[in-house]
Amino acid sequence: MATSLHEPPPINARGLADYSGNGGGRNFLPADGDLRAVQDYPLAPAKTGIWVALAAITMSFAALTSALVVRQGSAMDWHHIPLPSILYLNTLVLLASSGTLELARRRLARYPRKLESQIAVGMRWLVITASLGLLFVAGQYVAWLRLKSEGLYLATNPSSSFFYVFTGVHAVHVLGGLWGLAYVISKLKRSMLGRNTFVAASQYWHFMGILWLYLLFVLWMKL
Amino acid sequence: MEPMSAHAATHHAPPQGFIRKYVFSVDHKIIGIQYTTLSLVAAFIGMALSWAMRIHLGWPDAHIPLLSMFSPNGAPGGLMTPEYYLSLMTMHGTIMAFFVLTAAPMAGFGNFMLPIQVGAADMAFPRLNMASFWVTFVGFVLACATFFIPDGPPLSGWTAYAPLSAVGTVAGPGQGWGQNFWGLSIAVFCVASLLGALNFIVTTLDLRTKGMTLSRLPLSTWAWFINAWVSLLAFAVLLPTCLLLVLDRLGGTSFFIPAGLVINDQLQPHSGGSPLLFQHLFWFFGHPEVYIIILPAFGIVSHILPTFIRKPLVGGWKAITYAMIAVGTLSFVVWGHHMFVSGMSPFMAMVFSVPTLFITIPSVIAVLIWTFSLYRANMRFDTPMLFSLGFISLFISGGIGGFFLAQPSTDSYLHATSFVVGHFHFTMGLSAIFAAFAGFYYWFPKMWGRMMNETLGKVHFWLSFVLVYCVFMTMHLTGFAGAVRRYSAFVDDFMVPLIPTQRFISVAALLLGAAQFIFLFNAIWSRFQGPKAPDNPWGATTLEWDTTSPPPFDNFGGRQITVYHGPMEYDGEASVMQTSPEVSVAGT
Repeated sequence: MATSLHEPPPINARGLADYSGNGGGRNFLPADGDLRAVQDYPLAPAKTGIWVALAAITMSFAALTSALVVRQGSAMDWHHIPLPSILYLNTLVLLASSGTLELARRRLARYPRKLESQIAVGMRWLVITASLGLLFVAGQYVAWLRLKSEGLYLATNPSSSFFYVFTGVHAVHVLGGLWGLAYVISKLKRSMLGRNTFVAASQYWHFMGILWLYLLFVLWMKL
Repeated sequence: MEPMSAHAATHHAPPQGFIRKYVFSVDHKIIGIQYTTLSLVAAFIGMALSWAMRIHLGWPDAHIPLLSMFSPNGAPGGLMTPEYYLSLMTMHGTIMAFFVLTAAPMAGFGNFMLPIQVGAADMAFPRLNMASFWVTFVGFVLACATFFIPDGPPLSGWTAYAPLSAVGTVAGPGQGWGQNFWGLSIAVFCVASLLGALNFIVTTLDLRTKGMTLSRLPLSTWAWFINAWVSLLAFAVLLPTCLLLVLDRLGGTSFFIPAGLVINDQLQPHSGGSPLLFQHLFWFFGHPEVYIIILPAFGIVSHILPTFIRKPLVGGWKAITYAMIAVGTLSFVVWGHHMFVSGMSPFMAMVFSVPTLFITIPSVIAVLIWTFSLYRANMRFDTPMLFSLGFISLFISGGIGGFFLAQPSTDSYLHATSFVVGHFHFTMGLSAIFAAFAGFYYWFPKMWGRMMNETLGKVHFWLSFVLVYCVFMTMHLTGFAGAVRRYSAFVDDFMVPLIPTQRFISVAALLLGAAQFIFLFNAIWSRFQGPKAPDNPWGATTLEWDTTSPPPFDNFGGRQITVYHGPMEYDGEASVMQTSPEVSVAGT
């Protein structure tokens, strides 16, 4: 069969506006002809991707929640355990980190047109956010030690099992968020931070806070 | 907010060294080929396992020489124990369902074709894409490693029902480290699938080229996109399920192990867990999983058919796409139909039975679209077309069996028989394999730049098609006669008369496997010796055929791609490329 090759049609951005899908207009042809370099430019995939990732994380925790509800109702062996009070302090720390991240965003909003000093302040708030995140993980560790000192281990009771699973899986996700913040900081240091990279990392971080409030509510109600 | 940096763009030059180019490559085309190759290897391993099982079922006293090398305990002298039969069955199901059927049609062809079909230079996150392949590879190695540990592979089936899968070695050989490896392998596979789904979704949403509206997406891209959503939500449930299972096994928890459970005269030190909870969590993943397997097949066939019938599908892009969306959505509310006989109230059985019957509606619509589209078509019977027709035939035959199984009353008789084995091998196993073969023959020229041999392809098709019916239609019949599945030998009075039929199935299965070597030979020989493929050997219209075979590193050689038409611009011999500004011939 014959090979059918067509000449590429002439580019007329205005005339094509009606034909364009979502991707229309993103695919500018750069001077050196390398498409990949340009597609990275608005970095919108990072912004879309983070919502997709959050959907998957939500689904995982919904599955764990339903497992908790079913497991609690399936037998009479559920012993209620008091939540370690440090959890409430940890909650404040995590919420505060969302606040400092928002402060960083405001400083960096006009980057790179803003003054160097503003960027330095933004950077400082980012570092404070990451430190608060680390403090949260350390606080969760203290909560596990507290439970351990009361003789409540992973396998002691289904309620303690679920406590360790919920807090542990959440902590792993927070560590992922810390990696994201570290990535943002390192990019900013080299003046290579893309707007959408920052937006994606901060949306993920805020979501960790919201997720933790939800988990705390479930644990407080059920354990 | 303004862009924070005007220099955010990173430059990907084509990689130079062998390792960066072919091993740890970020190029979606190489990753697609890696996935396809992995699936081919997995498929032949899975097929070898089914051979061993079929030989044992037909001739229970036969000694299989190679087996004793793999497992001196499981098959002393080559004669497999009932437990080892279950191990082989477990690994056949695991390898086929995850590493072949989930991987090949979606991750294999999808990785290679989706970015090209939307006019992008690569996936949205190339490095994540590389990670998902290599994580899958680790999962596959872990699964295969179970054959080489002293205990052998687990025997709890690909569904790994608790408490058998949760209690450890007391439940039988392979339930120690074999089951641990299994849990880890599947958890790792979940992570890889989640990363892959993320990439597919974002690429389809964000990287479409100028003019590529949703209504102009090729149907294969639509299927991969819908399927990525289903995978994302389903594997996100299987991953925590694997975590809880592993904690029950290694951490001493009691999520799935009930109180007072006695196995082999040993009281298990667990309390109050719920085996049914595991089944609910597993099947919440497991039923969407069968659609994760079949939706890409829908897409591949819907993509290939218009090329070979030379006209658009009946109902245009909308009818088939909405059917696929409906199947994907409904797949999340039918999982309970796997549990009609495992302790479910009659009311709940009805709640799950009704959507199960409903999900046949979009499936039937899809089938009707394909068959009606054939009416008065000027068909070309090249090998991809033959396999597409084979897919439709197998999907209809298997789907009719589904009506019997969706009813709780008939299901309670058929559930534990080989009727179910025949049913799911038709609907999701062989249907998806036939669609994958259709895709392989169709895209081979694009992926490797050479044509496959048509004669060998046709011989491969006809042998496979006839033998598949011999094997799995006969299984439906033995199921009606009461042949219990998962038994390693038929010793009960009512099953002894079925042994000649079992031997017929075994012989047909061995021949079916042998026929696949024709395909393997054809693929390897054509890869190196086949005639050079033109850019568009089938006269197709989508973007992958508008570039060289194989495509250059950035897919279009720096060319600006603009799309003017839908993907089904066929009218007999005439066709219009999606990128051509010419007048439409089919009005799509």
